[in-house]
Amino acid sequence: MPPRSVPPADDPIRPDPSSAVHVTVDGVSRTGRAGQTIAGILLTSGELSWRRTSQKNAPRGVFCGIGVCFDCVVTVNGQRDVRACQRRAADGDVVDTQHDALPAHPADPTSRLSADGGGGDG
Amino acid sequence: MADVLVIGAGPAGLAAARAARTQGALVTLLDAADDVGGQYWRHLPDNRSSERERVLHHGWAAFTELRRALDRDDHCRVLRSAQVWAIEETDAARRKEAPPAQQASEGELRRTTVHILVGPADGAARERLTLKPDAIVVATGAHDRTLPFPGWELPGVFTAGAAQALAKGERVAVGERVVVAGAGPFLLPVAASLVQTGSAVVGVYEASRSRTLASGWLPRPWLLARAGKKGVELAGYVVRQVRHRIPYRTGTAVVRAHGTDRVTAVTIASVDEQWRPVRGTERRVAADAVCVSHAFTPRLELALAAGCELDDAGFVAVDADQRTSVRDVYAAGEITGIGGVELALAEGTIAGHCAAGGSATDDVLRRPLRARSIYQEFAQRMHAAHSVRPGWTGWLTDDTVVCRCEEVNCGALRAAAAATESSSLRSLKLSTRAGLGICQGRICGRTVEKLLADAGPHGRLRDDARFDRRPIAFPLRLGELATDDQ
Ligand SMILES: Cc1cc2nc3c(=O)[nH]c(=O)nc-3n(C[C@H](O)[C@H](O)[C@H](O)COP(=O)(O)OP(=O)(O)OC[C@H]3O[C@@H](n4cnc5c(N)ncnc54)[C@H](O)[C@@H]3O)c2cc1C
Ligand code: FES
Repeated sequence: MPPRSVPPADDPIRPDPSSAVHVTVDGVSRTGRAGQTIAGILLTSGELSWRRTSQKNAPRGVFCGIGVCFDCVVTVNGQRDVRACQRRAADGDVVDTQHDALPAHPADPTSRLSADGGGGDG
Repeated sequence: MADVLVIGAGPAGLAAARAARTQGALVTLLDAADDVGGQYWRHLPDNRSSERERVLHHGWAAFTELRRALDRDDHCRVLRSAQVWAIEETDAARRKEAPPAQQASEGELRRTTVHILVGPADGAARERLTLKPDAIVVATGAHDRTLPFPGWELPGVFTAGAAQALAKGERVAVGERVVVAGAGPFLLPVAASLVQTGSAVVGVYEASRSRTLASGWLPRPWLLARAGKKGVELAGYVVRQVRHRIPYRTGTAVVRAHGTDRVTAVTIASVDEQWRPVRGTERRVAADAVCVSHAFTPRLELALAAGCELDDAGFVAVDADQRTSVRDVYAAGEITGIGGVELALAEGTIAGHCAAGGSATDDVLRRPLRARSIYQEFAQRMHAAHSVRPGWTGWLTDDTVVCRCEEVNCGALRAAAAATESSSLRSLKLSTRAGLGICQGRICGRTVEKLLADAGPHGRLRDDARFDRRPIAFPLRLGELATDDQ
């Protein structure tokens, strides 16, 4: 079974009703709850992984869940390498999964920045 | 009025902000997350409130009250979604041990500069902010340390913290049949949270053997009794385990995860006192999610960038005032040692008070000082009972991925270390690429350091080029740097 949201009716904390948030992921529309992260929406819409690694083409999704491991990165509104577990989904966000090779020397901030294609205006 | 910047709004940072305000300072409290609370009080976002959220938390009322007080206080600025991406190393003269000739008067000193980006995580159009406060409290906390095992890179294998964060922050259950494993009392709240999201916890596997646990937790029980609150909290988890009949097995570790595109099962095995897997004890357990944490790693990069020294255990070294080796830089919470929420709160209170001009000898600190000593003792027990033992490397295989970003496996790392005479971390990192990926060695750093040291000809590394030294604390975008020069 993939991860799932706790059905509000069964939830011991009795959450208030929440509004929906709509995003597209690789062109397919997905609905989540307002306030969910992009990772939360992906996980609860049946995806356990959404990225392929550059060397071994291995699937990855959430690992640390708190913004440390960068396994979960996606492209949001044209901007690469956004940590899906940290970014709250906004209505209309266009999310694309990322499978391309990472920059040659991502640990060196300058080369990472140039490989990022000046994403500052994305 | 002194102005104090508190970095990190977990239990330690919140307590520091309150204490600094009580002492009369102007406070800025910031956190990269979009609300305060840190890892411990991670909660649903504002637009998904819940009448009974406290059910998932300990000390929830105290937390919401503190948050409200700080938000309403005109002399406390609370910055949410505020990522510190760099701290400029301060003048050498600010170092406490600087020779008297170099010690300048306060007015002559350059202030430590803190660079901040405010806006949605990893977003493009974040607002840049630069602060030069009189004093800083660093309270950046820790993240899970998961030791590698074959298959740990499969989707469906999470850190225990991830399961906790998804459960508390989004009400997402990571799976139906979940294995929880690793070491430490933290596994218990994680199992409890999973049960509260409707998952079946197949088992909680603690690597330390019962004898080790007993020798860590049991001596001098009258001292443990002083840590009343923590004891009650842990007892609550144990009761819940029994009620839901979750097997809690000690001396047991997950030594392999199985599956092709996702995890479907794990192999568990008995481990000896040193966490070496015992041959012939392997057993396969079906699971659709596996949550594993063996320890915590402090988030040190900002403290190191500010010039703070570390202690022998690799945490930020502090004195009785929670002051670091740099004047005007204080540290509190998990970055000074893993000890849980009560210790983080006590240290935060002391740090905030002293950063605002007070001293640890002040009468108002009597209670937090006592709490600090009680929970430091508690932390020592926890360490004795659960700390990582060296035998775990026995479950590694040559093709176990160690660096998840660059996909460097254990065999390649060991071969590189054995083949080169130079067992310097710097050169081995460059030749293997381990730890050079996008996470900047946050996940594998300490593991790579250990494996290289063990495999090298000298049994240790020659340099102390730590993974925790990162000039830029977080990857940024070109546009964000470029605006610097405008
Ligand atoms: C995922 C996770 C879940 C946990 N859950 C529990 C639990 O349920 N029960 C329990 O007893 N213990 C839990 N712990 C242990 C927990 O670390 C402590 O109990 C407690 O939260 C420590 O408090 P702290 O203030 O030191 O750090 P934290 O609570 O970790 O707070 C540190 C804060 O600093 C912020 N920060 C870090 N770097 C930056 C930066 N560069 N810029 C801006 N902000 C920054 C972080 O966003 C974070 O909010 C958990 C740990 C983790 C990693
Ligand atoms: S899962 Fe680790 S950064 Fe998102």
